[in-house]
Formats: sequence, C-alpha cells, structure tokens
Amino acid sequence: MVKRIDCKNLYYRHLNKIIQDEAESGETEFILDNLNGQRYLGTGINKAVNITVNGTPGSDCAVFMNGPTLTINGNAQDMIANTMNMGKITVHGNVGDVVGYGMRGGKLFIKGDVGYRAGIHMKEYKSQIPVIISGGTARDFLGEYMAGGIFILLGIGSDSEIITGDYLGTGMHGGVIYIRGDVENDTLGKEVKKLDIDEEDRRILRQYLTEYSQDFGFDVDEIMSKSFIKLLPLSSRPYENLYVY
Amino acid sequence: MASIPPEFKVSIDSARCRKCGICVNNCSFGALEFGDDRVIPDDSKCVACYRCVSKCPDNAITITNYQWANRGNANWTPETTSNIQKQAEFGGILLSGMGNPRPHKIIWDHLLIDACQVTNPSIDPLREPMELRTYLGKKPDNLEFVENKEGEIELATELQPQVKLDVPVVFAAMSYGAVSLNAHKALAMAAKKSGTLMNTGEGGLHEDLYQYSDNIMVQVASGRFGVHNEYLNTCSMIEIKIGQGAKPGIGGHLPGEKVGEEISKTRMIPSGTDVLSPAPHHDIYSIEDLSQLIYALKEATNYEKPVGVKISAVHNVAAIASGVVRAGADVLTIDGYRGGSGASPMVIRDNVGIPIELALATVDQRLRDEGIRNRASILCAGSIRSSADIAKAVALGADAVVIGTAALIAMGCSVCQRCYTGNCAWGIATQKPELVKRLDPETAAQKLTNLLSGWSFELKEILGSLGVNSIESLRGNRERLRGYELDEKTLELLGIKSAGVGQ
Amino acid sequence: MKSSCYIPSGCSISAMMSESGKRIDGRAITKSIALMHDRSNGLGGGFAAYGIYPRYAEQYAFHMMFNSFEAKGVFENYLKDHFYIVHDEEIPTRPGAVYEEDTSGINIEYGMNPITESPVLWRYFVDVPGNRTQFVSESEYVFEKVMEINSKIEGAFVASSGKNMGIFKGLGYPEDIAAFYNLDEYKAYIWTAHGRFPTNTPGWWGGAHPFGLLDWSIVHNGEISSYGINKRYLEPFGYRMELKTDTEVVAYMFDLLVRRHNIPIKTAISALSAPFWKNIDKMPERERKIITAIRQVYGSALLNGPYSIVLGHSRGIVGFNDRIKLRPMTCARKDNMLYMSSEESAIREIEPNPDTVWSPKAGTPVIGELYEEVE
Repeated sequence: MVKRIDCKNLYYRHLNKIIQDEAESGETEFILDNLNGQRYLGTGINKAVNITVNGTPGSDCAVFMNGPTLTINGNAQDMIANTMNMGKITVHGNVGDVVGYGMRGGKLFIKGDVGYRAGIHMKEYKSQIPVIISGGTARDFLGEYMAGGIFILLGIGSDSEIITGDYLGTGMHGGVIYIRGDVENDTLGKEVKKLDIDEEDRRILRQYLTEYSQDFGFDVDEIMSKSFIKLLPLSSRPYENLYVY
Repeated sequence: MASIPPEFKVSIDSARCRKCGICVNNCSFGALEFGDDRVIPDDSKCVACYRCVSKCPDNAITITNYQWANRGNANWTPETTSNIQKQAEFGGILLSGMGNPRPHKIIWDHLLIDACQVTNPSIDPLREPMELRTYLGKKPDNLEFVENKEGEIELATELQPQVKLDVPVVFAAMSYGAVSLNAHKALAMAAKKSGTLMNTGEGGLHEDLYQYSDNIMVQVASGRFGVHNEYLNTCSMIEIKIGQGAKPGIGGHLPGEKVGEEISKTRMIPSGTDVLSPAPHHDIYSIEDLSQLIYALKEATNYEKPVGVKISAVHNVAAIASGVVRAGADVLTIDGYRGGSGASPMVIRDNVGIPIELALATVDQRLRDEGIRNRASILCAGSIRSSADIAKAVALGADAVVIGTAALIAMGCSVCQRCYTGNCAWGIATQKPELVKRLDPETAAQKLTNLLSGWSFELKEILGSLGVNSIESLRGNRERLRGYELDEKTLELLGIKSAGVGQ
Repeated sequence: MKSSCYIPSGCSISAMMSESGKRIDGRAITKSIALMHDRSNGLGGGFAAYGIYPRYAEQYAFHMMFNSFEAKGVFENYLKDHFYIVHDEEIPTRPGAVYEEDTSGINIEYGMNPITESPVLWRYFVDVPGNRTQFVSESEYVFEKVMEINSKIEGAFVASSGKNMGIFKGLGYPEDIAAFYNLDEYKAYIWTAHGRFPTNTPGWWGGAHPFGLLDWSIVHNGEISSYGINKRYLEPFGYRMELKTDTEVVAYMFDLLVRRHNIPIKTAISALSAPFWKNIDKMPERERKIITAIRQVYGSALLNGPYSIVLGHSRGIVGFNDRIKLRPMTCARKDNMLYMSSEESAIREIEPNPDTVWSPKAGTPVIGELYEEVE
C-alpha cells in the first residue's frame, strides 16, 4: 500500500505526525503531493520508509534524519540533511545554503546546484561515511570545517570551467572533496591542498557515481570521462600553532 | 622560553625529603626530576597544581610565587610583560583555562540576605519541613479545569515537559574530551544520587553513561559532535549552546592530543584530529533560525523533552533572552563573564561579557515586564561558589544555578588553569590513561554529592532564617536582598535596595 | 514611544514586482508572506506598495501614526505651516478582520490573530509650496520635515512619505496586518512584505517594517552588527535614528548615497555590502580604483552582520545579501514578474511555475526595474 497525502492546508507538525504514526504502524511508502514549505520532513522517523515529495519542502528538511529515503521532485531550501545520521535523499533540482551541515551518515544526491557552505562540518567514523553529490555548481565556503565524509561536485552542464566559489574547504581537517574539472588555486582555503586523483579515488567515484547516475538518468562513463581533482586537508590539526600557552 | 621568567618557584627541603620519588611520578607537567641523588625542580614547568605537595609523605615541597623585584610599575606588571614575551616568541593567541581571574568587584559578595526577627518567626530547618524541589520547563499562563461526568474537577491543561531537580543546582556543560570519562561518570553518578542533572557539553555521550539518562542534559552545539537520535533521546532535556561566559562569541578547539579512540568514536572524528567547534551554529544566523532549531529538536524527540538555550551574558542580554524565550526555549541558561572554560583565548575571557548578577537581574525583570517569565526557567551560571551565591541568585530570579568550576574543585581540581594542556594531574581535564585513572569515579561522585548535600543544608538554614520553608518563596524575592557598597545604578539594575533601607 | 533602545530582530521577507508596470492587488503578497508565518512571532508585520495612489500620484503621501488625537492636531498644525494639503483621510482599516486565505495551512494551526487595536492612522497627500524650494531641493525639504516630525512631535510618526506609494504596518502577524488594512483593495506594481521576530515587545507600531523615507522602503532579515557606527556616520548628515530598529540605517544609507550623493544604486551597494579586499585586489584597474575609493571613503557605511534586504523605490526593487551570505534569499522570474523571498516555497505559493528560480550571490544585487510606464 502507498499512503498518499495531499499536503495542502497541512501544517508541518500535523503532516509529520501523520507520517510518524503511519510509519509506526507499518506503512513504508508515502507520496506527498502539493508540499510547499513544510519544515522538518523525514525527521523523527527511525525507520527505512520511502517518502516521495512532489513540491518544495521547507527548511531543515531531514534534520536529524535517521533511516528514511526521500525523493524530492523539485528544489529544496536551506539546511537540508542537517545533522543527518542515516538514510538517503535524492533531490531532482537545486538546494539552498548550508546543506549537509554536520552530516554523520547517509547520502544526499542533488541533481543540480548547491548554495553557500555546502557540506560544512561533515563527519565520519570508520565505515560510517556520509556522501553528498551535487551535479551542478557550488557557491563559496564549500566543505568549510569539513571533518570527514565525501563531497563530489560535478558541474554537469555548467557553462563555466570553474564550478566552485571562493574559500574552498576553509578549515577543512578531514574527509575529501572531489571536483570534476579544476579549481582556481587562489580560491582554496589555507587549510587544503589540491591533488590529482588516483586509482582508489576512481574506484570510489565510480561506485558512488554509478548509483547517482542511475537515480538521475545520467551516463556514468560520460561523467567519469572528464578529469577530476581532489581536495584534502593539509593537516588534521589546522590550528595547532594558533595558540600560545 | 628562557627569556621568560617562571611563574612559580619549587623548593625541596632536603632535610625532610626521603627521596621516595612519589612527587616525580605524580608531576604530569615534567617539573620534577631525579638527578644527582635528589629531586631537581624545573620552575619553568611548574603550574602550581599542588599534586606533588599533596602526595609528598614528608611535607618537603613548597611552591611559592616567583618573586619579582618590586619595580614599582603598576602598569607593566609581570603578567603583562610575560604575555608579550610569550607572543613575541611564538606568535598566536594567548590561551588560558578556567574563568576570568581578574580582581574585579564580585557583586555576590556585596549582596546581603535578610532574616526574621520578632515580627515574623524564623523556622528551624532541622525540625520542620524545608523544600528545595524545583521543576525546569515552560509553564502555561494559567491552568484550565473541566468537570468530568462524576462532577469531579479534572486538569484540562496539558503541561509541557518538566524536569525535576531535588536541589536547585545542576552541573555545568563540560564535554567528554575537555574532561575525562571518569570525570563524566562521576558527574553523572552524583547527579543521580543528588537528584539533579549533569550536562554532556558538546562532546556527545559515552555509552557507559546511557544508564544515567534521567539525570542527563545533552547539549547540541555548533560542531554537532555526537548528536544523533539515540543521544537526543537519552536525556531528560536538551540544551542548545549558543554562548559560554568565558568566551562569548567564540568557538572552541579541542586539541588533537586529547582525541583518543574513545573520544574519536563519540565525536565521530578521527583520532588525533583537532576538534573544531565554530563560534556560530551554521543553521543559526538569526533569531528565527534559533526557533527553527528548537522545533527541529522537538520534532526529533516527539515533543517529550524541554529544549533549553544557553547564552553568555553580553551587553544586550535582556533583549536577547526575551527573543530566545519567544523563539520557544523552555529553559534559558545565562553564563556570566566569570564562567569557566577548559580553554579560552585570554583576550576574550578577560575582556568580553558582563557580570552574571547584572545579567540575571535584568533578564528576569525584562521577562516579567513582558509577561513571559513563566515561559522559561532560568539557570544562572558563571562562577557560583557557595550556597550563599545560590540563595542570592535565586532571590534575583534564577530557578536554579549551574556549577562547573566548583564541581571540578570538589573532584580535586586545584584551579591551576592548565586544562588545555591535557596534563591535568588530578585526572580530570585529561585523556591520558595514566592520569585519568587517578580519578576514581566513585570517590569523586561521593565528593560531589557531599558538596550538594552541604549546600542543601545551608540553603535550608537560609530559608529558615528568612521564615519560609520552600525555595519558591525566595525565588525572585528581591525584597529579601540588600546591596552593600554598590552604586545607585547597580542597585537599580539589580532591583534591590541599599542595606539600611527597610521595607 | 521613540527611544534609542535598540532591539535586534529576525524576520521573513517577500517582494514582487511587475517590471511592465502592471498593478496587482495585495492578495498574492499576503499569501506569500503568510506561508512563512513561523519566521515571525506576531510582533510586527507590514507591506510597502508602489502605484497605489494614481489619483494623487504627484503628491507626497504621508502615512501617519498618532498616539492620540492631540498629537494629530499638533502634527496637522505643523503640516499646514510647511505644506499644501491636497487631500487627507483616515486610512481605512477593519479592526478584528480575519485573514481568510486558507492555503497556507498555518493559520489553521495557530488560529486567527486579528488586529483589534491600533494607533490613529491617517494619510495626507501634500504638495511642497514653491517658495520653500529656493535653497533646497524638494526632496531635501521633505526629508528635513520628516526628520523633524519624527524627532520633535511627540506621539506622531511618519510611516511613509513617498509619492504614489505607502507603507502599511503594525503589531501582528503580516497576514493579519494585511487583513486589517484590507490590502485586497490596493493595486501596486511593487509589493514588499515583512514578518518580524523582534526580541522584545516594542509595543509600538512604528517599529514594524517596512521602513520608509521618501520613496525608499526597506524590508530586512537579519541584524546589522555595525549599527552603532552606521548610526554615528549618518547623524552629522541630519538623519535622526528614532526607531528601535537597525533597518532605518539601511534606508538612510540609500537616501544619503543615492539621492544626496548621486551614486548609482549598484555602486552604492558596493559600499554597503562591499567586496573583500582580496577580490578588490584582483579587479581590473578602473574598477579597483573605484571600489578601493568607495571602501576608503564609505567605510562607515559598510553594513556588517547577517542580512538579506529588499530595497523598494518608485522605479524598481533591489535585493542583496551580506558579504558572506548569512541570510537566505531566493529570486524567481515569470514573464514580467520578479519575485524575491526568504524561502523559495513562499514564491511558489503564488507562482507555482516560475520561468527561472535562483539564489543571488553574496553582495551581488538582484535588480528589478520598470521598463514600461505604470499602467
């Protein structure tokens, strides 16, 4: 059974309660129509349910999310996947600023662009590695304070050779950012270094991009045919010498 | 650092010293060594933590301030000049531990509590009931009742979640990372024994402590370390940390030395990596964003837990507090400029913020003026040192107080201000296994429990002398406070009369 | 009522403009701002509308708020001394009116919060007597009088003072303010709207946004952390900061830089939301010289802190962010319509199928301009 909900006239608290209660009693498939601006979608459900969204979810979509799979047919606003722990989100559009803030696990696949501060403060522990892929371009402060995880930026269909903004990876001290094409050196944060990718990187990229391409109907070989660079932190202790005792 | 004279001088009385080596083994800062068949101190490494002094079986060790010749310069003091020398040597930011040590006037010490004489009776707390129980959480404007079929009255208002405290004192946010797991355990055990809360700080919660969930306040701060569904639901309330009194507007860095395997797991960051907590939450750049996060946390916890917000006492604290309460916070923690820290840039710690007494008084008054005081409980933090401070804070309007440094002292801390080095000789602010094991959680928990028990007795004595038998009769009762040696403006802001003025 | 006490506040903003000059009633903008109900807290809402007074398009329209009829009397004596009053009337309101649009769903949760009490609200359409503009321009004359009224006449406040425009604001949620003023009845080619989340009860309608001076109006989300120096910079130019909001400095900055110093709007924005030195150093020489000079001379005009702002004026709207984009803004176009809002959903609520949707770059203004005359 699929639970179909017309979200018009539904306040977020009511909507989320309906989904939480239905999920609790065993429903696993949800389709949300006419969703527009409701916050915290997918939050408070600790189960692997599938939620398809037709519309524009409000801010903090999937904040603290722990299990569900969201398919968003539209754009998403600021702060999607904030402190997300587990589950998967595919966005068939663009997303706003501060996406994947403090993300701890799961996948956030975006067909289009990300705004400012994407992937800020992502983390990882051993095998629990969050992954964000954006098919478009990114604005300033991508990967700011990043402590773990994988961020892949593709710039598919971008007119410009440069698909990133300024202050790339400022304060980055863990994780990796892959960028299709190249970046301008003077946009790199002081704490990152730019490297060519190696075979292991290509394997990782192909693994995630195969899934990504299937989700959005891209050709993975075509995506992989262009060169990539990666950004790594210069040090796991960027501010070691900042202090005097 | 040869050009910088040491702060302390260590003297070993060789006539008393039996050369047992206990002091050398106990010094975690490397200030004592064996050589030439005697203990040789290196003054430049001594931090005056008094571990050696307390462990020496012969009372042979004396630590004194390094005596500078009095050059009669009150401006270029030894501290000022040595700070410049350190920065000239290394560049960078001067770091320090614990709260603001400057000799500013402490307002608490200029507040005097009333007592009953003749016209109304005092109460003997040893014989009579005396209540300290406090509930933290949002209270409605009024209660509504309905009559049921049997004609009985039933409560129609559904109260928001409330957290019960048996003593009006909670332990301050100190993260696992800043302090050791044994210290965290001691705090949790003591919170349970005393019927109060410990606060995880922003480092997440070790699984060993999940059993204390009823006595735990979990913190959500800018780094979002260890914040996941289980964490948010293993507590009796949640606190969003916006600011800290020791470093308002400043983030924190836990140095890689303190990040071992266990911390790494709890915080989800690789071992040996610096843990960076930025100054702002990146999802809060405005007051409506705070509201958004408060309700995100409520959504994630099914509206079952109070969500508090901690701010530091800054110039505009009253207006900010009002906004925080309007944003939906159920508990408001205000941390004054003397509040402690494991590591804070000295320039911020010593120069930013305002005294907690003024902040508390103006916030409480502002919330009352706006008719929203009931919407949030107030926790008062930032150097609460005694039961007298608690009574005065409660009289100014606090629901309860928060103790950090006092709790550390109870566990053995000697306030040497070197928490950031990771070398804490008392096993508190360190992650080195050989140091951590110096702190026995059971013993430390007992000491914390003893402290709260002692303060409770004293609070009851104070209530008794005031002729009331429940703490809510003191809460916000500024009529029972008087100011001594305070200027007019301070008295006005505190909302109290001068000593010598009657009713 | 007026004081120097400064109250930080957060907000929601929304704006729409017909660049072809088509006039649209107030229902759409209300629906848009109402969707973001949760971004405000019921302590301030308001709207600016351009093109609403075609009959008095040549007169300065003073939207006034009075604490009492006595204050109104004092004000009217002042007005008669300094202006020629072409027409005046009470601003029509509907106390207790309920916002009836039901699509946001949010009002269902909160119940209605109709506006029942207000200050005395009156509007005056005035001409500047010809003999008063020998030594100062007409706009300068009106500016001086507005400053004088706001600082000298107790209990009187000028909510707006432009031509063929007006600001409707007060204490309440924006959708309730719209119902109170019955904005369905007004038609404008530019609408801007604001829902306020102040950290205090100002208890005063003048503190709501938009903030206006002459034909400038400002809606603003965020806080100007540099307020103190911006205020002190403006004061010697005759600006009087009387309101409990940092937003007024933004309006005055535009007035000073654009109207009085004749700086193009785009260049003015490079003073208010200035590029970083790092980027200035990389600019071509001519541009570098200009922006360097702007920062050297107008350093005290830099608006620092998190904000997104929509400036309205008679010929268009300008949306811009702080230098590191700390507050949200989304823009969209559909045919001749330009939309700007704190959240994309607030645009989609009134235009579900825009031609383009985008977020402007930090410090880069999005500009809407009339390219036809107002209908």
